[in-house]
Amino acid sequence: MKKPQYDVAVIGGGVIGCAVARELSRYDMSVCLLERTEDVCSGTSKANSAIIHAGYDAPSGSLMAEMNVEGNRLMDRLAEELDIPFRRNGSLVLCFSEEDMPGLQALYVRGVANGVPQLRIISGEEVRRMEPNIADEVVAALYAPTGGIVCPFNMTVALAENAYENGAEFRFLTEVTEIRRDGELYELTVRSNGDGAVVCVKGAACGEGAGGTNRLIGAAVEGGEGTVTARFVVNAAGVYADRFHNMVSRRRISITPRRGSYCLLDREAGGHVDKTVFQLPGRYGKGVLVTPTIHGNLLIGPTAADIGDKEGTYTTAEELAEVTAKSACGVKDIPYRQVITSFAGLRAHEAGHEFILGEPEDAPGFFDAAGIESPGLSSAPAIGVRLAEEIARKAGAPLKERFIATRRGIPHVAALDREARAALIAERPDYGTIVCRCENVSEGEIVDSIRRPLGARSLDGIKRRVRQGMGRCQAGFCTPRTMEILSRETGIPMEKICKNRPGSEMICAAVTERKEQEHEIS
Amino acid sequence: MRYHDIVIVGGGPAGLAAAAAARKAGISDLLILERDNVLGGILNQCIHNGFGLHTFNEELTGPEYAARYIAQVEEEKIPYRLNTIVADITHDRQVTYINREEGLVTIRAGAVILAMGCRERPRGALNTPGYRPAGIYSAGTAQRLMNIEGYLVGREAVILGSGDIGLIMARRMTLEGAKVKAVAEIMPYSGGLKRNIVQCLDDYGIPLKLSHTVVQIHGKDRLTGVTIAEVDADKNPVPGTEEYYSCDTLLLSVGLIPENELSKGAGISLNRVTSGPNVNDRLETEAEGIYACGNVLHVHDLVDFVSQEAALAGENAAEYVKRKKSPEAAAKPARRIPLSAENGVRYTVPQFLEADGMRDTVTVRFRVADVYKDRYISVYYDEKRIMRKKKKVLAPGEMEQVTLTRKSLEEHPQTERITIRTEVE
Repeated sequence: MKKPQYDVAVIGGGVIGCAVARELSRYDMSVCLLERTEDVCSGTSKANSAIIHAGYDAPSGSLMAEMNVEGNRLMDRLAEELDIPFRRNGSLVLCFSEEDMPGLQALYVRGVANGVPQLRIISGEEVRRMEPNIADEVVAALYAPTGGIVCPFNMTVALAENAYENGAEFRFLTEVTEIRRDGELYELTVRSNGDGAVVCVKGAACGEGAGGTNRLIGAAVEGGEGTVTARFVVNAAGVYADRFHNMVSRRRISITPRRGSYCLLDREAGGHVDKTVFQLPGRYGKGVLVTPTIHGNLLIGPTAADIGDKEGTYTTAEELAEVTAKSACGVKDIPYRQVITSFAGLRAHEAGHEFILGEPEDAPGFFDAAGIESPGLSSAPAIGVRLAEEIARKAGAPLKERFIATRRGIPHVAALDREARAALIAERPDYGTIVCRCENVSEGEIVDSIRRPLGARSLDGIKRRVRQGMGRCQAGFCTPRTMEILSRETGIPMEKICKNRPGSEMICAAVTERKEQEHEIS
Repeated sequence: MRYHDIVIVGGGPAGLAAAAAARKAGISDLLILERDNVLGGILNQCIHNGFGLHTFNEELTGPEYAARYIAQVEEEKIPYRLNTIVADITHDRQVTYINREEGLVTIRAGAVILAMGCRERPRGALNTPGYRPAGIYSAGTAQRLMNIEGYLVGREAVILGSGDIGLIMARRMTLEGAKVKAVAEIMPYSGGLKRNIVQCLDDYGIPLKLSHTVVQIHGKDRLTGVTIAEVDADKNPVPGTEEYYSCDTLLLSVGLIPENELSKGAGISLNRVTSGPNVNDRLETEAEGIYACGNVLHVHDLVDFVSQEAALAGENAAEYVKRKKSPEAAAKPARRIPLSAENGVRYTVPQFLEADGMRDTVTVRFRVADVYKDRYISVYYDEKRIMRKKKKVLAPGEMEQVTLTRKSLEEHPQTERITIRTEVE
């Protein structure tokens, strides 16, 4: 029998793949995560409501309910260990009329059955005392103090970095095209995207970059195609999870991308509500949420449209109008003039509307984490634990003696108190050069985001780690400077600097070069 | 805590002119705080000509225009800090700045001059549907990449918005070999200067599509095209008028927003129309001793007027500091006369006059709300029209001004309100 390269191959570097990789890295197993883009958190994990649901929504007894409530419970410790921005701001489900009260009651009962703590139904007046901008029509609300808001980018990055610290290998720009079962192992055909795969292994020789990043470009997968073999596979491929599942199992699943559009408002509007505000499905239809983000913006959305295109992350005028109209039903006077960006994400909606976790009967060793739509982000910590435990049990792998449970994030220098900030700048002067003036991000933080393990390789990667360009000017001023820093730190030439994955190059040529070429021709 | 007579926030055209004027008015203890690594601000990337006709009677490029003021600052040895960002200004003029050499520093200022300029409105603010690919730039960002860093951002471009930077970039990209396919403007008129439309679009055969906007952005990784449609009077796209333009670049020139985060932090209220502070005829904001000038006060079209306005702010700040230091300094109760903008006039700067300390003349700048032909600009003291001038064309893209004199106001001592309006007859 062939010896597999890895004990476990994880397909997909979203929050689920990274959570599973992190939990797997507790065990004495070799783990390799395969991600088709240049960075973790590039798909569904980057475009969602950024909230940790309390857990009253999913049907009692479902995996969704179980994972959500457990994931929510795990968040405090996870946020503490991995330095993830997280706050239990609480959530409200608004009820607009007396006739809808049974629906609110049912939600309460379900929440209690699901094990959601501290749930209660509060009156319209109490809601408005809590949130002065709630619509006058609201007669009552379900209040869940355990609801929270999180930075999904930092959460995913933190899980990935911690997995890496504990020995998990990451391969970026590595797309799985085929999976074949070969006796006791799985053989994955992989194709490298762009100029070649990027392989990150802790302790590996580092050939490039200023800060000792240990990424090797094109080292593992020469010439585009290659194979990866593993005893176990984790399918955390988001909207593509059906494709991989169906390569190994006859029990077909089908995932429909369900697009959700959002609008993000300026931080000035961030205090418009304090809690995450949902609408009880009722006469206004499904409704959208209005929530502060962990970074103090206001987020409204999402819509829900089933589409065929697994890459269809575009917004439409109709959907954006719907976000505006529906959000106004529950919350008064939202300052729509302060929208700074809009975006769309795809929920990986499986026909049965339930998480599919674990091995299909006919594909032992292949572990699905499929159909992970809302409350997927909230459930990620629990899904990670569950799948890692199952795999470790099956593999007979013991816990590592030395698991590093903690990770420190990049300091947000501007948020520190005066003394701490001054001390940091004295130690590292580049923390004193502000590059992104809207979000007050220093050159030092940008450099950190690049030099860290699994560091950023694209502008979006930097943005997601340290919020450069996330503010009201949307990177108008800081784009050229950030490109320069990224190029300087990684050695990637300016013409190759991408917004995100290959193909998203920011510029097309150096002006002077082009002139020289023309000169040669003439 | 360190003290400076005048701290100037921003070393662009406004900050430089304010500093030079304050020095000329006898203040030696000045400090300019500039966030970029050179003085001159946005002029450095404006390598086209057309600057300085009013100030120097000649056509200069942006960097040349800036260089003249930088030379004054250097000759006068006015201190400045580069790569320095101001983190906070308080109502009582404590200024906190950060840079890599000094770290975090808080200083006290006799007077503060706000000269932070403006920023471009981004795509997000337009809520244009579609993907979010690379290749969408605000015109100024593309201008910086091209003129300072030396990179061509794309080969085929569409420009949304006909603000001056967009028009200038249409020409600039064309000169660098890119194909600019169209400039779409949602309004029925251009937001830019007439001369820029002629020199940057007409001369290169670039179509200006008025009452048109981008309704869809295509391409997931790099932009592949945009859909442009005509809009109706309410600016809603007219179905059936959609037209696809393939392009790898979309430049946005859809408005400039004065950067007043620091002003707000100092508790200075902003004018709803200009997005700049409300100021009196001395360009002093609601916070005593804090002055504002240039694009942070209201968005200008010509830098010459920025320099004029900033010089006035510099002189007034100097006078304020000197007055505070003199023993007989006692604040006179000022008689405040508000200025109103009416009937086609969108706003005025200043927003009010302090009649008692008024200079011999006060320039009132404003913009109109629409394109008007053969109209008068009239000034009223209460109900009495005291002057008017006929203009063949008035356009929102061009800043207008009238001059008020102390003499005429003294002749009408009971005036409670000054109104500027356009009139057909």
